Amino acid sequence: MPSIDILLAGIVNGLAAGAVYVLVAVGLTLIYGVLHIVNFAHGSLLMLAMYATYFLFAKAGVDPYAALPIVAGGAFALGYALYRGVIGRFAHGKDENILLITLGLSIALDNLALFLFTGDTQTIDVAHAQRMVEFGPLFLPRAKVIAFAAALAICAALGLWMARSDTGKAIRAVAKERQGARLVGIDVDHVFAVSYGIGIACLGAAACLLMPSFYVSPSSGHAFVLIAFTTVVLGGMGSFPGALAGGFAIGVIESLGGLLLGEQLGQIGISLAFILVLLLRPTGLFGARR
Amino acid sequence: MTPRARLLLALGAVAALALPLVLPSNYAVNVAVMILFSAFLGQAWNIAGGFAGQTSFGHVVFFGTGAYASTILHATWGWNPWLAWPVAALAGGAVGLGIGALAFRAGLRGSYFALVTLAFAEVFRILANSAEFTRGGLGILIKADARAANFQFKDPASLYYIALALVAASLAIAWWLRRSRFGAQLAAIRENEDAARALGIDVLRAKTLCMGISGAMAGAGGTFYAQKYLYIDPSIAFGVEKSVEMLLVSMIGGAGTVFGPLVGAIALGFVGEATRALTSAQGLGLVVYGMILVAIVARLPDGLIGLFARRIRRRGGRDA
Repeated sequence: MPSIDILLAGIVNGLAAGAVYVLVAVGLTLIYGVLHIVNFAHGSLLMLAMYATYFLFAKAGVDPYAALPIVAGGAFALGYALYRGVIGRFAHGKDENILLITLGLSIALDNLALFLFTGDTQTIDVAHAQRMVEFGPLFLPRAKVIAFAAALAICAALGLWMARSDTGKAIRAVAKERQGARLVGIDVDHVFAVSYGIGIACLGAAACLLMPSFYVSPSSGHAFVLIAFTTVVLGGMGSFPGALAGGFAIGVIESLGGLLLGEQLGQIGISLAFILVLLLRPTGLFGARR
Repeated sequence: MTPRARLLLALGAVAALALPLVLPSNYAVNVAVMILFSAFLGQAWNIAGGFAGQTSFGHVVFFGTGAYASTILHATWGWNPWLAWPVAALAGGAVGLGIGALAFRAGLRGSYFALVTLAFAEVFRILANSAEFTRGGLGILIKADARAANFQFKDPASLYYIALALVAASLAIAWWLRRSRFGAQLAAIRENEDAARALGIDVLRAKTLCMGISGAMAGAGGTFYAQKYLYIDPSIAFGVEKSVEMLLVSMIGGAGTVFGPLVGAIALGFVGEATRALTSAQGLGLVVYGMILVAIVARLPDGLIGLFARRIRRRGGRDA
């Protein structure tokens, strides 16, 4: 058994890693909660946003944190257009078709990235993000501290916006009762596309927070897909607080699993936690009872 | 079956039997083997995902269990692979029953069920990656010794006929499901589970049994794969790619139909080969593949088989 200090460090590291999972999962849970679809293209779109962050820094010298509004805005536009132009249009209202379409999109996007950017991994070196911040006995790179704070702030802002704004109300109305929302004059297809766009915008934000401490390659989205699904289910599909708690829980489980079981076997913690939650409490920690 | 359908089926069977004789190269025969094999695995998925409506993202777990079971028995314990084959099917079936019982008892449906199967596949992959008896990430090599008694063949045509037999058997199972009482129960569950339960169907038993059958088929497929490539490792055996392939061929062809997976496998096989031939640039072929996938869904929401069904229905309408 490792000492308390090491365990503590593991937990803090896990929380820091979990912050990004939260952002990736918030987008997924929003898309699931409103559209009731499993978005298989989630990882590929994250990968694209990471490349955008990378190129903005490497070619134009834009700091990834300054790039956040640009990338998130671009991601929103891409998500909106993707839903309007491809997913919503071709699905014919069948969930299996949405699954196949997002799967096809993800295959196409991953390989487009492979063709355009080659399979090499790319990193960016943001000096100010590498500096260490001291927390009592612990040291954390600044990038992770920023990611942690930003994830909390973005979740809070999104939650507030969903609760207060008219568009937020429309989204919640559509999520609860599609037909009813249409009857009171809400443009349901527009709301779907906006929700999809916001979900993808969260990925844009996640990419900017991730890049200073991570790498990007055409397949780097895959690493996050299963984790994001796990987070969403753990927290309860469609629930924001759930995605928040789930993301941090997954980060800690992953970090402690690696610490206690070793690098290889440690990955099993996430999947086991996922299976146990599903079998014992299928609606997730914060999910509404069906 | 109408006389015309029977004639079509007989013609198809003759064509399938004669195919290796007319194909120009070993490469072409190999492509045909892979198409048949993916039709077989797709049918395994289709039994659970199509006929019973239990969409799974982790069907590879049964394939991998079978592949590892027979390969360990053969390469480590010295069993004859033909003898290890039924054991692999049993192992796949047992895992299918186990996962099915756990998940269905917990009441998991829809995307929840799909995601839990994905997680089970991940658990198996990580275990195979770390365990001693699976030789971890190195994988297990089967010693090359091309004799029919050893389930290894010099010419791809022999493998072709084995794959063809597998497909024929899987079609027979699907056909039986179509017509039997058990199949009708599965269809009822797919259409409306609560109504099926109200009719007195033992839903839990039917769904679990169906996962067992599907798992056994995929497990048998695992042995075939291992004996064809003489190698198996955790990411081949439990990686998400094979799960995706299984559900793709079935859904593109038409889930819940007898011939859907075969039609889907042939179509996707051709698309894959064509895009590969079109360009050698890394990734570009698969970009086209992904886009064609989206296009197929956009044009044919009921799968390729829906195209035939629609034409037959239209013709039937005119005759009557």
